[in-house]
Amino acid sequence: MEKTATKAKSGKAEKTDFPKETYLWWYEQMLLMRRFEEKAGQLYIQQKIRGFCHLYIGQEAIAAGGESAIRKTDRIITAYRDHAHPIVRGMHPKYVMAELFAKATGCSKGKGGSMHMFSKEFNFFGGHGIVGGQVPLGAGIAFADKYNNNDNVTLCLMGDGAVRQGALHEAFNMAMLWKLPVIYIIENNNYAMGTSVERTSNVHDLYKLGSAYEMPSFQVDGMRCETVHEAVAEAAVRARKGGGPTLLEIKTYRYRGHSMSDPGTYRSKEEVEEYKKLDPIEQVLATLKKNKWIDDKGVENMEAKIKALVEESVKFAEESPFPTPDELYKDVYAQKDYPYITE
Amino acid sequence: MRTIEFREALREALTEEMRRDEKVFLMGEEVAEYNGAYKVSKGMLAEFGAKRVIDTPIAELGFAGIGVGAAMNGLRPVIEFMTFNFSLVAIDQVINSAAKMMSMSGGQFSCPIVFRGPTASAGMLSSQHSQAFENWYANCPGLKVVVPSNPADAKGLLKSAIRDDDPVIFMESEQMYGDKGEVPEGEYLIPIGVADIRKEGTDVTVVSFGKIFKVATAAVKELEKEGVNAELIDLRSVRPIDYDTIINSVKKTNRLVIVEEAWPLASISADIAFHVQKKAFDHLDAPVTRVNSADVPLPYAPTLIEPALPNVARIVKAIKEVMYASA
Repeated sequence: MEKTATKAKSGKAEKTDFPKETYLWWYEQMLLMRRFEEKAGQLYIQQKIRGFCHLYIGQEAIAAGGESAIRKTDRIITAYRDHAHPIVRGMHPKYVMAELFAKATGCSKGKGGSMHMFSKEFNFFGGHGIVGGQVPLGAGIAFADKYNNNDNVTLCLMGDGAVRQGALHEAFNMAMLWKLPVIYIIENNNYAMGTSVERTSNVHDLYKLGSAYEMPSFQVDGMRCETVHEAVAEAAVRARKGGGPTLLEIKTYRYRGHSMSDPGTYRSKEEVEEYKKLDPIEQVLATLKKNKWIDDKGVENMEAKIKALVEESVKFAEESPFPTPDELYKDVYAQKDYPYITE
Repeated sequence: MRTIEFREALREALTEEMRRDEKVFLMGEEVAEYNGAYKVSKGMLAEFGAKRVIDTPIAELGFAGIGVGAAMNGLRPVIEFMTFNFSLVAIDQVINSAAKMMSMSGGQFSCPIVFRGPTASAGMLSSQHSQAFENWYANCPGLKVVVPSNPADAKGLLKSAIRDDDPVIFMESEQMYGDKGEVPEGEYLIPIGVADIRKEGTDVTVVSFGKIFKVATAAVKELEKEGVNAELIDLRSVRPIDYDTIINSVKKTNRLVIVEEAWPLASISADIAFHVQKKAFDHLDAPVTRVNSADVPLPYAPTLIEPALPNVARIVKAIKEVMYASA
């Protein structure tokens, strides 16, 4: 078992090896996710956005650091906390906002909503609503790439709640057995809805679950883009070389509730404030400032640019039409003339 | 015409489609080195190799999901369940992933996958291994459900299922794999959703599908001796259901008996009865009648199986009932 050392890999890096452009990209992407979701939260309260709405705020470094470590041709699949991923893949945020508004112009044509963002164009294989359900799917996506002899890798994200599902263990076993090019990322924000990791199992260091399948498994600081990028990049190299999957337990924190209807009684305000001190956007901004890669004016400009982008997205969503009733019997089957029962 | 076994017909369909399309692969428990739990895939590992005929651990939920992911990413998986009784641990991936992928992605991700294996009772296997789930899967939009009753249909329908761009549940029977039947040589496809009028008749319509169709056929033959000329319809698929063929037949015969192995509540027979009363109410000369399995888990003892499953005597009785004939 030792060869797949499940050593913990955390803590702050001594120095940065990333260029200015990478930091600026992380900053811009994370700021966009943050402002987009803050707006989505407001719009949910105004009932412009309905259904469930799970915000990503606090966890942005995982989407940003993960994306910068892979190629556009690689694939990403995640659970229902999925607004950020199509955006970081390159989709204009207005299509995500329109989806949240249930509009026909949304990235899933108003048929998926908050939990089911999809983009085939950007190799985003969707937000999935059954906890852990995307874990075998991620293995299957990677299976197809291996079958086709290309060197794409799949990033399969999940929350800490998903690791207690049987689907994950079955998928981990086969992914490792068949050396599938999939990188499993547990976004460990320490709470499965309102239940802390400690209350769900005796195993609290989630990366250790990989060792049951001899899967290379690591714990990663998820409040920093650098550590996320490095861990994902290393795993991607292994996957592309045929070395199979990697499990990354990326420790993060969500500032908001599990969903918009979460009273947050299971954790203290102090705990939330402690994590906010590690804010991933603030950390990237500090590095940018320290290296004089951005000044106050630059920050102001970036905020203004992002604000305009979010406003454009809301305007687009507001002005877009809802799907027309004739859409009801479309997109259920690939077969165009499927004989639906209509009475 | 040549005569081959049901399992050979399935194997021909799989083999021909795998030769035709590199994207088709077979995955499941014991499909490769063991040559298939019921020898459907016998010899296929030797022809196609371990890349395309893949043994899995006993992990239906996991490999069903891997199949769906592979289908999302452009392959055409055929996932074998050793029986559909075991598909219940995988049903999340069938219902929540495969059946929903097109819709929740707004049409971006289709899911061309076949889940196949035997369904319903198969001898004295008691309650966990004797369940007919055709109606369960048929209930779910996004899926197609094919239930062939003979080798020739099995081949043509499985080939269509593999080429279909939607997820297809393909349900066989342990008790049919050894059945022999005439199967045409070479390539042919049978479209999904078209029922087969296996015998034309004038007195009563008998509708059935899958393994139990044989029992319905035997009952119809039995009644022929008494001069009853039944029209016998094999549904071949239960999603979609070819309602038109049934309704047109009922308009001719004015009587309907449905024979199905599933339990009675929320069954295919209940659904057909609804459609027939809606579309052919004035044509009915008797209430629609059905023969299903008894509304209990199937026990082990033969003396309990006998009165539980649809059999010739029960079907004959049902047909006589709708014809107001004395028993």
